[in-house]
Amino acid sequence: MNKKYYLILFLVLLVIPLYWMINMSFKPNSEILNQLTFYPHEFTTANYQEILTSEFWRAGYLNSIIMASMNVVIVTVAALPAAYAFSRWDFRGDKHLFFWFLTNRMAPPAAFLVPFFILYSNLNLIDTYWAVALAHCLFNLPLAIWILEGFMSGIPEEIDEMAFIDGHSFTSFCWNIFLPLIKPGIAVTAFLTFMFSWVELLLARTLTNEAAQPITVTLTRSLGAGGWDWGVLAAAGVIAMIPGAIIVYLVRDLLATGFSMGRV
Amino acid sequence: MKQRPWLFLLPALLLVSLSAFIPLITVINYSQLTILPGTEPYFAGLENFVAILEDEAFQGALGRQILFSFLVLITEIPLGLGLAICMPKEGPWVGVCLVLLGIPLLIPWNVVGIIWRVFTRSDIGVLPAFFDWFGYSYSISSSTFDAWWTVLVMDIWHWTPLVVLICYAGIQAIPKEYYMAAKIDRASPWKTFRYVTLPNLRGVLIIAVLLRLMDSFKIYAEPFVLTGGGPGSSTTFLSTYTSRMAIGGFEMGRGAATSLIYFFIVILFSFVIYIVMLNLGQGAGGDQ
Repeated sequence: MNKKYYLILFLVLLVIPLYWMINMSFKPNSEILNQLTFYPHEFTTANYQEILTSEFWRAGYLNSIIMASMNVVIVTVAALPAAYAFSRWDFRGDKHLFFWFLTNRMAPPAAFLVPFFILYSNLNLIDTYWAVALAHCLFNLPLAIWILEGFMSGIPEEIDEMAFIDGHSFTSFCWNIFLPLIKPGIAVTAFLTFMFSWVELLLARTLTNEAAQPITVTLTRSLGAGGWDWGVLAAAGVIAMIPGAIIVYLVRDLLATGFSMGRV
Repeated sequence: MKQRPWLFLLPALLLVSLSAFIPLITVINYSQLTILPGTEPYFAGLENFVAILEDEAFQGALGRQILFSFLVLITEIPLGLGLAICMPKEGPWVGVCLVLLGIPLLIPWNVVGIIWRVFTRSDIGVLPAFFDWFGYSYSISSSTFDAWWTVLVMDIWHWTPLVVLICYAGIQAIPKEYYMAAKIDRASPWKTFRYVTLPNLRGVLIIAVLLRLMDSFKIYAEPFVLTGGGPGSSTTFLSTYTSRMAIGGFEMGRGAATSLIYFFIVILFSFVIYIVMLNLGQGAGGDQ
């Protein structure tokens, strides 16, 4: 089976740039700038200490985690009933409405910057968690409806009918039968939603100032401010990757079954 | 009973109106106005649109954007599909591969830019040193060619895993019996791929192509951090141009018009590709 080796080769190439950044995050700046070393000769954790002791960076991480989680909850709660409606019932204009939802996934955030700013200013939401959590629904909600609709259509409608014949109420059917069935689908959706919200920069930067500034913005601002402290920057980058890595690790089994249900 | 679907759609519709519909209306409104600081806005009609379409910087950005998205699609989709076929079907390695593939997707986009920036900078990067070894002087800050293929490789590095994950999902969903049948018929690996795997992957491939098309059209943070749009304007794509018009710009009407043209182009391309792929699939694999 030599096709295994292609995969291994790709994964190795995938890891090299990551390794380079991790490598750099443990070096002092003098070593980074003066010589090319493939592992840290003067091993130091000073870069990490600088970040972890700074309120500025810590707030950034915390804000990002809160906003992305809020977004996941909002999107999932709104997308579940919508996806159910699209997958189970025919109603006037359903196809058009579905495509219209999808076009919002195509909307480039750059196009919506100014109106977003004006709308959220009027609602007094600028620089709050809600601003970013709601704004990210622009691209996450259509994606969530799209994916969940696929998963739900994969479950035969007979299951619904059987449950109602057995005397389940609609709520009890959803809670005890339907939701457990599409759990992997919800996991995939939550994973992708969190991912797209965690990594988004443009809207988050426009809608926050200081109080709710997420880590992506903190990183950019410190990029622009004065000299390049490469070691600290690399360490910040590594820390920004960690929540993602943890999430992938936690949901890996659900992801494996979710993805293998196949109707992504 | 008739209202039930709408009741279910209500939360989603409310959210979309807040996050998409109202802003879109605002953009359309602004695009019709000439707004100069200190004066009352006045009606401009299509003036803003004409001005943008005639702007050479816009045409350049659009051309580069189409070329970039085209290159992204023709490399990432076959590569992702091929790698998905190479993935193990079961066992402990599935988890390892999924986690490794998931990591690039969960790195904030500007961090992706930073990773590649430290990887390719001429003073501290390993890539220039590597090319130097072969006698090729590599520089993303002065050579358009180097900047271009670095941005492209960065995008492939960043997003091919998503294509792999989506295709892998599709492959896992194909019933094993199909492959048994192909084996009994002594179909070659290529024939098996062509007549069993590919037709069954039509749905997920459409999703993969559309997602990559939409998102490559929206690419902003990574080239912004990596090259800053340069050298010159050689890696300035549509969203960089639009956000420059919309925030840094001197004129809000122009910014709004740019946004609408941009949005329209993305929808147009996605729609055309969607229709083409649906028909392509029908003609080729519908008979299996």
